[in-house]
Amino acid sequence: MTNLLILAAEEGEHVVQAGDGGWWADTAGIMLVLPFVAFGLILAVGKRLKYQGGEIAVAALAINLVWATVLFVANITGGVLDQTTFEIARIGSGLVFELGWVLDGLSIMMYFLVNFVGLLVFIYALGYMKGDVRVPWFFAAFSLFAGAMLILVGAPNLVQMIIGWEGVGLASYFLIGFYWDDLENVRAGNKAFMTNKVADIGLILGAVIIGVTLGTFDFAALDLAAIEHNEALAGIALVGGFLLFFGAMGKSAQFPFHIWLPDAMAGPTPVSSLMHAATMVTAGIYLMARTFPLFENLAQEARGWMVAIGAITLFAIGLLALVANDIKKVLAYSTVSQLGYMMAAVAAGGYTAGLFHLFTHAFFKGLLFLGAGSVIHAVHSNNMTEMGGLRKYMPTTYWTFVVGSLALAGIFPLAGFWSKDEILATLQFEGYVAFMWIAVAGAFVTAFYMTRAVALTFFGEYKGHGEPHESPRIMTVPLVGLAIPSILFGLLNIPGVSWPGIGNFTEWLGVRMVAMGDHHAEAIDFALAGIGLGAVLLGIAFGWMIWGKDRVTQQARDRFEVPVLYPLLRHKYYMDDAALGLVWATSNPLAKFVDWTNTYIIDGIVNAVGGATKVLGGLVYNGLDQIGVDGVFNGLSAAADSAGSALRKIQTGRVQEYAAGFVAGALILVVLFVFVI
Amino acid sequence: MEWLETWGLTATVFLPVVGALILGFINRDNENALKWTALAATLLAFLASVAVVVAFDFGGTPYNTYQFEVNETWIGAINANYHVGVDGISLPLLVLSTFVMVLAVIYSWNHWEEPKNPKAFLILMMILATGMNGTFVALDLVLFFIFFEIVLLPMYFMIGIWGDKTPRKIPGFSKPFETRLYAAIKFFLFTLFGSAFMLLGFLALYFESADSQFGNTFDITQLTQLGSEGFFTNPTFAFLVFGAMFLGFAVKVPMWPLHTWLPDAHTAAPTVGSVLLAAILLKLGSYGFIRISLPILPEEAVTWAPFIAILAVIGIIYGSLACLAQTDMKRLIAFSSVGHMGFVMLGIATMTDIGINASIIGMVAHGLITGLLFFLAGSMSHRYHTREMARLGGNIKLMPVMGGILAFTAMASLGLPGLAGFWGEFMSLVAAYNPLDGLSLGVFRTGMVLGAVGTVLTAGYMLWMLQRVNLGDPSAEWDDHEFHDVDRFELTAWVPLIVLIVVIGFYPKVIFDTTTDAVTSLVELAFGTETTASVGTLVKGG
Repeated sequence: MTNLLILAAEEGEHVVQAGDGGWWADTAGIMLVLPFVAFGLILAVGKRLKYQGGEIAVAALAINLVWATVLFVANITGGVLDQTTFEIARIGSGLVFELGWVLDGLSIMMYFLVNFVGLLVFIYALGYMKGDVRVPWFFAAFSLFAGAMLILVGAPNLVQMIIGWEGVGLASYFLIGFYWDDLENVRAGNKAFMTNKVADIGLILGAVIIGVTLGTFDFAALDLAAIEHNEALAGIALVGGFLLFFGAMGKSAQFPFHIWLPDAMAGPTPVSSLMHAATMVTAGIYLMARTFPLFENLAQEARGWMVAIGAITLFAIGLLALVANDIKKVLAYSTVSQLGYMMAAVAAGGYTAGLFHLFTHAFFKGLLFLGAGSVIHAVHSNNMTEMGGLRKYMPTTYWTFVVGSLALAGIFPLAGFWSKDEILATLQFEGYVAFMWIAVAGAFVTAFYMTRAVALTFFGEYKGHGEPHESPRIMTVPLVGLAIPSILFGLLNIPGVSWPGIGNFTEWLGVRMVAMGDHHAEAIDFALAGIGLGAVLLGIAFGWMIWGKDRVTQQARDRFEVPVLYPLLRHKYYMDDAALGLVWATSNPLAKFVDWTNTYIIDGIVNAVGGATKVLGGLVYNGLDQIGVDGVFNGLSAAADSAGSALRKIQTGRVQEYAAGFVAGALILVVLFVFVI
Repeated sequence: MEWLETWGLTATVFLPVVGALILGFINRDNENALKWTALAATLLAFLASVAVVVAFDFGGTPYNTYQFEVNETWIGAINANYHVGVDGISLPLLVLSTFVMVLAVIYSWNHWEEPKNPKAFLILMMILATGMNGTFVALDLVLFFIFFEIVLLPMYFMIGIWGDKTPRKIPGFSKPFETRLYAAIKFFLFTLFGSAFMLLGFLALYFESADSQFGNTFDITQLTQLGSEGFFTNPTFAFLVFGAMFLGFAVKVPMWPLHTWLPDAHTAAPTVGSVLLAAILLKLGSYGFIRISLPILPEEAVTWAPFIAILAVIGIIYGSLACLAQTDMKRLIAFSSVGHMGFVMLGIATMTDIGINASIIGMVAHGLITGLLFFLAGSMSHRYHTREMARLGGNIKLMPVMGGILAFTAMASLGLPGLAGFWGEFMSLVAAYNPLDGLSLGVFRTGMVLGAVGTVLTAGYMLWMLQRVNLGDPSAEWDDHEFHDVDRFELTAWVPLIVLIVVIGFYPKVIFDTTTDAVTSLVELAFGTETTASVGTLVKGG
């Protein structure tokens, strides 16, 4: 398979130089396996350990991070391109299923991201979950997630991708419904699983159509065929592409599938941080990136629609963050909005732009969630109206949260500034100018709601109960650990800058994909960067005007209330109600109807035939008896009789009558048939 | 080894019935002797089937050649022979049958339903085992028919005697019936109805083959050869015979709308009965399609294929929707079989190697998963004395291990990738995208989309069941109850199933390596397609 990879990479003007990663690449599969080992171990012995299994989960990811880091460094210094697979099924000579792991710029970036952020979140969870219920199950399910996510990002083919995809969905279901004593949380888990399952129809059918057309599910073959403008693939590219996109919309919470993500906040905060912000929800973006040539070269007609979906998501759902009082919901809507940015970028053709934002976003959004968790831990509430003034009580949480917010808003020179700027540049370059302006507006909204969140949480007077206190070190160290990359990692991909020895993010990812028409700006477009930054500053200024000075939260919010818009936002555009209403209005009556037809129509016929046959049998019995062929018949009915006799002891009934009647009926049919034939 | 060649299958089939004979001589109060005897008989049968697997030549012989073949004259007058043998298609099902039977005996160890009588129950189980094993190895239509029918009686008595005694109002009847009586009779007559036609079909084949080089024959291998030579091409004849056999097999599968015996029988049957029904009995029907209908009447099969596919897809959607309306946990699981077997039949209807492989792994997976679900439903109603989901809830809190296994199995049942149930569904969809050349793409691709929608519904009712049974807080009704979590007999019976579900999920090769050559050559022989025409040839994987 490696040949195909290299071939795919060498197509185009770029000559790719990459190593095969050596021993570390050959053994990289251990990353995909270790979390599952941890899962089993935690279930088996977790209860007896000090951290109730948390230490096993942390250890697994720590070992994983060694591999991820070595490969990451190898990739940024020389490039790594390798693929290991083994066959798990072969049908006839054509259809092969394989499992394995891909090592290229894209997957190595993700391995690093998942393991790095994952490890910090796991460590944080050691403190956060202390004293909570079912801690071993928490770490087991969390490890299950890590394993499934690594299977997903390591997937060399669509089928393994599906396995990982559904695996993370399962872990998500488990962890959203972690506090399942309350059925409300269970429903949130169900909503997430079912929304994703609907979208998964797209992924599965897309995989089927593409796989059958190509004769293989392999990404390398798919990419190669797309680059070569393969005719068979071109014929189904649009349908297949749309289907895959449909699947991606579910996992990456694109409008209108975003409805599951805010509800997913029912899970413990570390889960929200790692899964529902940093990694799992980016799976859809990752899928689009993996199959990028399909959209870039063949399914181009789909791209405008996809950019539009991304743009709607980034703006409309971002607005919802303005009216949420639950700090986690603010961040959830923000995540949806940022995923919209990524989707718009990748769809527009900005392969690295989208992925770079995925990369930076993982750090600062993971950080923000952990910060929110730290706050919730201190004040025992999610509600921002019960917070305020926390900067005095929780200094580390405060400054890391501000760093995360500024990075998210896109303040120079933090990470989000660079990655968002690159998305704007891509949209402009690819000709989606209208959408670029929506993205600028989205930047304004982002800054606006983050200012609000920071102001309500950390400024003004404390409005909650008790005396809040800073979280323990085991929780603040991960905050710092994520704050640093949130500040610095934007520098990894400054347009036109190639750091000595390591190059830049574009080149790392480009090992395979740069040949496929990705656009990457060669220099900073100062005008555009200025517009973006201006929108952000404006957002912060407005936000501060409304929420910063006035510390009486309720009053401040009232000032913001816009007729029509405000109720619309408060009700989340009525989309949740509409979706749930639709599901209940259709599935319930439909199910009842089907059950009714089963009992009264189909079974009605069955029972009627039974009864009628019995009557008919009685008539024929008498007839046959008088004609004198009763020998045969008596034998048969005697047999039925004795079969029924065992039952008769328990229940005198019409068993044998019924049976005899039927045998007679069947006999008539037999006779009829024989004569007719 | 030679002994194995000649006696391996016979031992697998008849060891249980030998066990039944021995059981007959044991005093009915000596429960331990009864149980150990039954265990020994089923275990030996299982080991015999394992020995067959070990000695099996996986080298890929052409279709219609069988291993461990025995062909002895039996009823000379009608040229019916004791002809048995296995190939890659029947081998997994045979092992599934012997394997699940062992687990069923282990589970029975301390789970007797009223009226207890272990002796009678075990004897019936042994007879059932022989019938099921025999069906999978029979290569003579008369022999096949007899094994196929033998299964009915023990199951009829199991349901009728040990089944659910609650009275039930049946529409159209004034008096309520005991659930078990209605279910037992319905099961028996329904199946008998189908097999009456099936027998007619067999007889017709026998008479029609008079002019062939074999003379009148019931032999499946000979009929297969005739079928592939285009011997049975008289359209009316082929139509009627296929239709007659279709009725027999479709009732057993069961296909919509011939399925209504299933929810009643499964729900009313004692736990072990439900398990065996779901795990193995249903497969007799779909196996019949693959072994008999397709190769003997290939052209007719192609004609019927869209019709079968449509019924299969209706079954998927209908069964899943019906699940959403259930209040009884066991009945919900029963209805789920209608949907799952719909995928199996959709695979067969595509008439491609991928589809038929999908159907076989689907059968195996459904046997393991739904079998386990019925075990769980049985053990839970044993403890709660109710199956009403409205009264359950918080089960995982009362019994963590039981609840955990239930969650796992529900996930397997909804076709979670990485577990056994995924492959059958996924590959059915793959096959439906590109069915055999000449079949209507419109029908099959619509079927593919609807099948995918069916997977969503499946997820819906499974999560709903988990919500109502497993999660939330237990109702106050159970406050004073002591619940025993799973006991060692239950674990012994279930852990092997769990392990297999995971192993097949991640390494389906264990099934496909057995089936693929046989299936590919079957498709080639019957439909004359070059190997694997059902996928693109642009880029061959590997």
